[in-house]
Amino acid sequence: MQGALDAAGPQAAHIARLWWIALGVSAVVYALTMAALFVAVTHRKRAPAVPTIEPAPDAERRGRRWVGAAVGATIVVLFAFLFADLVTTRALAAIERPREMLTVRVTGMQWWWRVEYRDTVSARTVTTANEIHVPVGRPVLLELESGDVIHSIWIPTLHGKRDLVPGQRNVLTVQADRPGIYRGECAEFCGHQHAKMALVVVAEPEAQFRAWYAAQHAEARPPADSLQLAGQQVFMSKACAVCHQIRGTPAGGRVAPDLTHLASRRSLAAGTLPNTRGHLAGWIIDPQSLKPGTRMPANEMRPDELRALLAYLESLR
Amino acid sequence: MPASIPPLPAAEPADVREVRELARTWADASGLRGWLTTVDHKRIAKRYVMTAFAFFALGGIDALIMRTQLLRPENQLVGPDRYNQLFTVHGTNMMFLFAVPVMLAMGLYMVPLLVGARNVAFPRLNALGYWVYLFGGILLWVALLSDTGPDTGWFSYVPLSGPEFSPGKRVDVWAQMITFTEISGLISAVEIIVTALKCRAPGMTLGRMPIFVWAMLVTAFMVIPSLSMIATASQMLAMDRLVGTHFFNVAEGGDPLLWQHFFWWFGHPEVYIIFIPATGFISALLPAFTRRPVFGHNAVVLSSIATAFLGFGVWVHHMFATGILQLASSFFTATSIMITIPTAVQIFCWIVTIWTGRLQFTTSFLFILGFFVTFIIGGLTGVMLASVPFDQQVHDSYFVVAHLHYVLLGGGAFPLFAAIYYWFPKWTGRMLSERMGKLHFALWLVGVNLTFFPMHLLGLDGMPRRVYTYPDGMGWTGNNQLATAGAYVIALSVLAFVGNVLWSARRGVRAGDDPWVSDSLEWGTSSPPPPYNFARPPVVQGRAPLWDRTPDAPVVVGLATDRREILVTTAMDAEPDHRHPDPEPTIWPFVAAIAVSVFFIALMFTPWAVVFGSALLFPPLVAWGWPRRPNQAPGVTTPAEGGA
Repeated sequence: MQGALDAAGPQAAHIARLWWIALGVSAVVYALTMAALFVAVTHRKRAPAVPTIEPAPDAERRGRRWVGAAVGATIVVLFAFLFADLVTTRALAAIERPREMLTVRVTGMQWWWRVEYRDTVSARTVTTANEIHVPVGRPVLLELESGDVIHSIWIPTLHGKRDLVPGQRNVLTVQADRPGIYRGECAEFCGHQHAKMALVVVAEPEAQFRAWYAAQHAEARPPADSLQLAGQQVFMSKACAVCHQIRGTPAGGRVAPDLTHLASRRSLAAGTLPNTRGHLAGWIIDPQSLKPGTRMPANEMRPDELRALLAYLESLR
Repeated sequence: MPASIPPLPAAEPADVREVRELARTWADASGLRGWLTTVDHKRIAKRYVMTAFAFFALGGIDALIMRTQLLRPENQLVGPDRYNQLFTVHGTNMMFLFAVPVMLAMGLYMVPLLVGARNVAFPRLNALGYWVYLFGGILLWVALLSDTGPDTGWFSYVPLSGPEFSPGKRVDVWAQMITFTEISGLISAVEIIVTALKCRAPGMTLGRMPIFVWAMLVTAFMVIPSLSMIATASQMLAMDRLVGTHFFNVAEGGDPLLWQHFFWWFGHPEVYIIFIPATGFISALLPAFTRRPVFGHNAVVLSSIATAFLGFGVWVHHMFATGILQLASSFFTATSIMITIPTAVQIFCWIVTIWTGRLQFTTSFLFILGFFVTFIIGGLTGVMLASVPFDQQVHDSYFVVAHLHYVLLGGGAFPLFAAIYYWFPKWTGRMLSERMGKLHFALWLVGVNLTFFPMHLLGLDGMPRRVYTYPDGMGWTGNNQLATAGAYVIALSVLAFVGNVLWSARRGVRAGDDPWVSDSLEWGTSSPPPPYNFARPPVVQGRAPLWDRTPDAPVVVGLATDRREILVTTAMDAEPDHRHPDPEPTIWPFVAAIAVSVFFIALMFTPWAVVFGSALLFPPLVAWGWPRRPNQAPGVTTPAEGGA
């Protein structure tokens, strides 16, 4: 279970604390109001059966005092809540204060996430999809952009959501304090496959993260055998290369996920399927039945072509 | 039945000849012709209410399909395309075709009776409003049933709803349907404002005006700026799509967030357009079931007004996740929290009313108690959502789905059902069955809480809204199953209600004029009221005109009986001002509504619709306003104006 109350980082923890305070206060307010209503309904009435248009002045005075006290208490509770909100907002702002931060650009696309770790040499930018790797215990700045419509990134265990709005650059700082794999979703309705636009955040110890980063930095491995080579030729000759990029090969498409290190990823199609040979084959042949409406078209190919292509793609570690 | 107090003397009866002549003057033509030409606010409002409930039932079927789809992970009942249409039409339908129209329709029926008027201010315009609403609603549902239903959400955020990402006509259907219903809503608002301010019975000063009428007046004043805004915004969207303007196109200097500002500047007040009439119902009903006037009359009225003002200052709390400035967010947090205060004042005043009253445990009263139990949960989660950090966690998650349904069903539907059980005898002359009513109430209370309470947990567990399916192993299945079961309980409860209405309308216990021994004017005429409402409109001397009525209470005499005539009074003190001719029935609002429909539907396809649509609309408008001599009893020669 990975929810907002299962905080894995300081931001989500602050918000969870605010929630527990709000829940406690609300429960008390609700209980008191219901108790008042219960007494109002059940207590013995002295009111006459004939409607009195001008009720007894002392009863009215008591009523006024009661309402005044209740409204006063409401205002006090609201101010207390406003204060708790303010404290939380400040705590979150303190974490976000700019300092040396790992910066990851996340671009929302219908219906997947492009993830880029920019390098000082722009050609060496690490590009991946639907997976954000972060080092444990360090704040990471997510630069949020949209490639088409409005999306919203939501990793409940780390932080609240932030929208990805076309023409606007939003940022969100997240920090994972314990290693783990945290699921995220698109929270803003973005069309057909809004439901299947998930991502994972992989939080690893610094060393492991660096190793992953170095591996992702590398260009794609060249085919190691004839089968893989045939697969690469299938990839280049079919429509694949129009949309997908594999760094180190002529394939340079930007409209679909970068496949340079496809085999290192946990899932396919933005969290829709586990990354296994069978799923990969099914996805290539008939993506529409697995994720109806996805931008990836069906691909017809002979069994030997598919086998070669799978061998090649699986070599992209 | 609460008939524990001695019957009060009836108003001075008008003489038989007078009543017979009034009946002839105000009668509609018989059959279909009468049906299409009527300008009687009661017939039109009854139609509005029944049509709104028909849309409610359709929207409910939508919801059942969605809940069934979400019963288990990776369910295959409906695919993403169907599901996106279903939730879009569900939200659009429930807000634009059910909740707002039904509340305004209740006002259109009850306000003239409550203020002692013979009709609404502009009866023909009122007829137009209904037909336009009906045709807009049909457009939406025909589109859904023919698989071209809008699929970008009831909020239709750009750029998703723009020409690039939503080609085809689906979003145009949405935008035009908005225009239809907003015209209808604006008309209703104008009717309510002018009727409440200018058609009150003599002596009903603003201070004596019933709280329900105040609530409807405040609502109508909210409708005008908010519905004009959404109608304008939806036309801007339609223009972006049809003629290539770039209001919302970021590549050409437009701004997608501009749409969200427009939309929520309407969308948040919309909640209060539903909620304030509902508070009006509670204030109208409580005196009958507690045998005392509402405690804190002035405080309750002022709270409605304050809510309306603040309601326009909170829209950005729907946009906390868009990355707007911190300072702006703080302002909207503060106003969103502040708006709780007037609502709290009203709730506490009602509790004191109940505390000090002698209670009658009718179905209506139970629904009012259900309102407290359910709505307050929605109110409390609303306060939580006002906080930016917390909102960023649960925004666009099922937590918000839970919150909004608690507010709208708790704060809207519970009072609405209470009002229907209360006023049904006024409308039909028969009581709704109390036994069926209590079954309806029990199922409704259980169903609503079973459906929506688990959604709080789903939201906190990370389930986003507007998803047609979800993966297994997320821990969401159990709560989704509870919610789906609850949806079926709600369906059963609505069936009990519909059965009750159908059965009671024909075979219910006869009600008599004033079955609840209520305090307000609508019970001072027969049930159902005659077409002219009051043979001799009453003169009001206090806030509870039927309770403080004396045997020799004055009435208005001197209004014409041989032609339709209403009394116009001054806005503040309701001093008689002048007599005003009330228009005859006519077919032209119906014809004009058809022309309007052609105009707006054709506008989805060509901008030239502006030209030929206007040309088509012109003749019925001329005919509508054409002065004519009405059919009258021989020997009577009175020129009657056309007028609105």
